[in-house]
Amino acid sequence: MKLELRGITKQFGSFTANDHIDLVVEPGQIHALLGENGAGKSTLMNVLYGLYEPTAGEIIVDGEPQKFDGPGDAMRAGIGMVHQHFMLVPVLTVAENVMLGDEYTKSAGMLDQRKAREVVRRLSKDYHLEVNPDVLVEDLPVGIQQRVEILKALARHAKVLILDEPTAVLTPQETDHLMDVMRSLKADGTSIVFISHKLREVRAIADTITVIRRGKVVGQADPSATPAELAALMVGRPVQLQVDKAPADPGDVMLGIEGLHVISPTGQVLVDDVSLQVRAGEIYAVAGVQGNGQSELTEAVVGLVEPTSGTISLDGRDITDTSTDEILGRGVGYVPEDRMHDGLIGSFSIAENLVLDTYDEAPFGNAVSLNLQEITKNATERVEEFDVRTQSAEAAASTLSGGNQQKVVLAREMSRPLKLLVISQPTRGVDVGSQEFVHKRIVAERDRGTAVLLVSTELDEVIGLADRVGVMYAGKIIGELPPTASAEEFGLLMAGQTATDAKEAS
Amino acid sequence: MSPELGKSDAIVESSVDTVEVSPGEVVTQHLVEVRMSTRRRIGIGVAIIVIGLIVALALAASAGSHSTRFDLNGANPGVSVPKFSLPGVTVIVICGVLIVLLGIAQLARGFGKRTMRWVGIGVAVLFLLGFLTWAGTEGKQPIQVGSLLQQTLFLATPLILGAMAGVMCEKTGVINVAIEGQMLFGAFAGALFGTIASNWVGLLAAVVIGALVGALLAVFAIKFMVNQVILGVVINAFALGLTGYLFDAIMANNGGGTNQPSVFNPIKIPVLGDIPVVGSLLFDQTIITYLMYVIVIVIDVMLVRSRWGLRTRAVGEHPKAADTVGINVLRLRYQNVIIGGGIAGLAGAALTIGSVGQFNKNMTSGQGFIALAALIFGRWTPRGALGAALFFGFASALQTALSLLATPVNIDSNLLQMLPYLATIFAVAGLVGRVRAPAADGEPYVKG
Repeated sequence: MKLELRGITKQFGSFTANDHIDLVVEPGQIHALLGENGAGKSTLMNVLYGLYEPTAGEIIVDGEPQKFDGPGDAMRAGIGMVHQHFMLVPVLTVAENVMLGDEYTKSAGMLDQRKAREVVRRLSKDYHLEVNPDVLVEDLPVGIQQRVEILKALARHAKVLILDEPTAVLTPQETDHLMDVMRSLKADGTSIVFISHKLREVRAIADTITVIRRGKVVGQADPSATPAELAALMVGRPVQLQVDKAPADPGDVMLGIEGLHVISPTGQVLVDDVSLQVRAGEIYAVAGVQGNGQSELTEAVVGLVEPTSGTISLDGRDITDTSTDEILGRGVGYVPEDRMHDGLIGSFSIAENLVLDTYDEAPFGNAVSLNLQEITKNATERVEEFDVRTQSAEAAASTLSGGNQQKVVLAREMSRPLKLLVISQPTRGVDVGSQEFVHKRIVAERDRGTAVLLVSTELDEVIGLADRVGVMYAGKIIGELPPTASAEEFGLLMAGQTATDAKEAS
Repeated sequence: MSPELGKSDAIVESSVDTVEVSPGEVVTQHLVEVRMSTRRRIGIGVAIIVIGLIVALALAASAGSHSTRFDLNGANPGVSVPKFSLPGVTVIVICGVLIVLLGIAQLARGFGKRTMRWVGIGVAVLFLLGFLTWAGTEGKQPIQVGSLLQQTLFLATPLILGAMAGVMCEKTGVINVAIEGQMLFGAFAGALFGTIASNWVGLLAAVVIGALVGALLAVFAIKFMVNQVILGVVINAFALGLTGYLFDAIMANNGGGTNQPSVFNPIKIPVLGDIPVVGSLLFDQTIITYLMYVIVIVIDVMLVRSRWGLRTRAVGEHPKAADTVGINVLRLRYQNVIIGGGIAGLAGAALTIGSVGQFNKNMTSGQGFIALAALIFGRWTPRGALGAALFFGFASALQTALSLLATPVNIDSNLLQMLPYLATIFAVAGLVGRVRAPAADGEPYVKG
C-alpha cells in the first residue's frame, strides 16, 4: 500500500505544528522520520492516524484521497500505530487488548476469547512477537507491552505501521529484536514509518530518511549519511555530539548509600539492597531501562520517599530520616525527571520558580514577606546566565519550551553552593541545542567539586558524561562499569544479565 | 531479601511471583507481602479479644435465664420449618471463647491480608450469633430470623439497585454522587404516575425520569466537564428541592388523588417459592426485586464477558487507549450514565410503589449515599456491591427487629438507629483497605 501526505498543515491556535508537509511512503519500505522533540513528528502521525484533523492538506492511500474522522477510519484504511506512550489498558489481558475496538464475538455481543487467543498466538508465531495472551498487560515489562501494541496493529491488518519513538523504552538488545521484527514485517510487504531522534538507529534500519525541523520538512537523507550531517540537518546548525571533559579528580565521599530498600505500599520491591558511593568532583551515572527503581532511588536520597531500610549519608552525616527541606538546605540540588510535575509550577512565573526552595531565606524573603525586588533581580541574572529564551522573567513557566524549562530548573538548583547534585533525565524532551548546554553545566558543576548522581536512560548520555556507571535492573545495581565499556556490555546488564550470567551463556 | 532487613518487621513473607509473559520467557516479580506493622497487628488482635470478652462475659452475665428460641420462617412461609431453641448462656460463652481464640491467633502470628477478611467475617458471624442468642434469653418472643432476613432483602433492594447505578456510571469513568437525587425523582414519579395511571406506568415513569436525570448528569459531566462530585451534590439538592415543592403543590393537600399509588404485590414463583425458608425469602417477591436480580446478574456477566463490558472497562480505565482503537468514548459514557440513571430511578420506585405506596419529602434519607458506600465497599464490582448493600440492609433490619424485642437489658432506640451508619463506617474504614477505583473515574475525556 502506498501512502502519501500532501501539504499537511496543522495549527493549534497561532502555533503551526506542521507546515505543508509532503511525505511519500512506498510499499514495503521503512521510512524514517527524524527530528528533535517538538519538531512536529508526533503531531503529523496523529493527523495521519485520525486523532487530529489537519488544518489543510490531504492523506492519500493508493491514489484515493481519505478523510479520517477518527482512528477507526484510519485503521480501516490499513494504518496502524504504536504510540510512544502505549495505548494499552493495564487491567485487561493481552488478548483483550488486542481485540479491543474490533472484538471477536459470538452471539449477542459476547466475547469470543478463544478466537482472540488464537489470533494472538498465530501472529506471535509469524512475526516472532512471543507473548502469552492470558497475562494482564500491567504485569508485563514495557518491552513486551510494545509487542502487544504491534500485535494490536497487525490483528487489524495494518499495511502501514507507524512506530512513534519505539526504542525509547527498550534495552539495546530489545531494540535489536525490534529491528528484526521490522525487517520481517517489511519482507511481508508492510510499510513502516519509523519515528526517532536517535541517529544510530535511524541509520541502521531506514530505507529513506525525512528530516523535520520546526514543523517543516527540511530535507531527505540517505541512511549512508554521517551522524554529524543528520544532526546538523535536524538542528539547523553544526552540533557537537561529544561532551568535552577533563578526567575527574575525585575527592572525599559525599554521598554514601548503604543497603537501601524501598518497598511500595503494594509490596513491590522498588529499590533492592542498593549500596553506592559518590565522591566530590565525580559524576556517578545510574544507567538502566526506565522503571527499574532509578526514580525511587533519587527520591529516597532527597527524602521524598521513605526507605524501608538502609542508610543514606551526606558528607559523613546521616540524612536517612531527614526532611527534604533540610536535605536541600545542607547543599543538595535536585533536578527531578518530570520537570512539569515535580520541578516547576507551571502557572507560576519564571522568577517565582527560581526561588521555590529559597523564598523564605534571605535575601528573597523572611518568615512573613517576600522581597520582590531581589526575586526579580535574581531572575534577570539567572535568565541571562543560563540563556533561558523567554520574553520576560514574569512569563509563566508553562509557556517555555522543554529545553528552557529545564534550564530554569538547573538555574535554580545550581545557583547555590552544592555538595551533591542529584539529576534525573537531564535532557529528556530537551532539544539538541540545549542538550549541549545542559551537559556543559553538569560537567562544570563537577569540576567545581560537587558530587553528581546522574540518572539517565539514554546510554549515549551516560557514556558521554559519567566517570563511573552503575547499571540498575529490577531495583538492584547489578554491575558497575567504566564509561568506556562497550554498548554490548551495558546492554547485557540493562537486560538484567550479570557478568557471570553472560559468561555462563557464552 | 536480606533477612536482617532494618526496620525489620515490615515484611511477613517474601515471595517471587513469576509471570509467563511469553512461551519460554518468564518474568519474575519480586513481591513481598507487606504485613501490617506490629502495632497494627497487636491493635487488631486486642480489639478482637475485647469483642470476644464482651460476648463471653458481659453478654453472658446479663443474659436472662431462658433458652433462646429461633424461628427461621418469615412471613407467609410456603412450607414452614419447626422452631428450635438453643441453651442461652452456653451458646453465648462458646461464641465469646471462639472470638477470643481468633484474637489470640491474630496477636500471636498475625493473619495475612486475605485470611484477615475471612477472620473478620467469622468474628462478625460469631458476635451476631452470640448477640441474637443473648437478645432472646428473656424467653418472651422467639428470634424471628426468617423475617429478619426478609426485611434485609426488602431494605437492601433499593440499595442494591442504587449501587448498580453506580457501577454503570463509575466503571465507565463518570462519578455518580447523584444516585440519591435520581432515587428521589424515581420515588416521586413512581408515586405520582402510579396513582394517576397504574403501578406499571409508575414503574416506567420512575425509570424514565431517573434516566433523564442521568442524562443531565452526563451532559454536564461529559460535555461541560463540571467537577463530578460537586455536580452530583448539586443534582441532589435540586432533586430534594423540586420533589419537595411538587409534593407541597400537588400531593400534600390532594388527599389520595395524586399520592396513593397501588403497590406491587409479591408474586410467588411456582416450585422455587415452596422451598422451606429460602423460598419465601427469595422467590415470593415483588416485580422490582425480581428486576433487581436480573439487573445484578446481567451487569455482572456482561461486564466481564461481553463486547460492551470490555469497552466499558477500557473507557473507565484508559479512555485514550479506547479512542485510539476507534471506540466512541463519549457515546459509551453517555449511554452507560443514562442507563445507570434509569436503574437509580427504579431504586426510587422500590421505595414507593414497591413498598409503602406513598411519597414523602426526602424519603430516600441518605440511601443513595449508602448505595454509593456499598459500591466502594464492594470494590466497584457488581458482586461486591451486592454483598455490601445486603450487609447494610441487614444492619437496618436488625435495628428494627431489636427495637421490637424485649432484650435482657433495654437498648436505647436512638443508639439502635445509629447501627446501620456505624456499620457503614466500620465496614468502609476497616474491612475495605486500599481499593482501586477505575483509573479514569471522574476524569473528563478530551481528545488529543
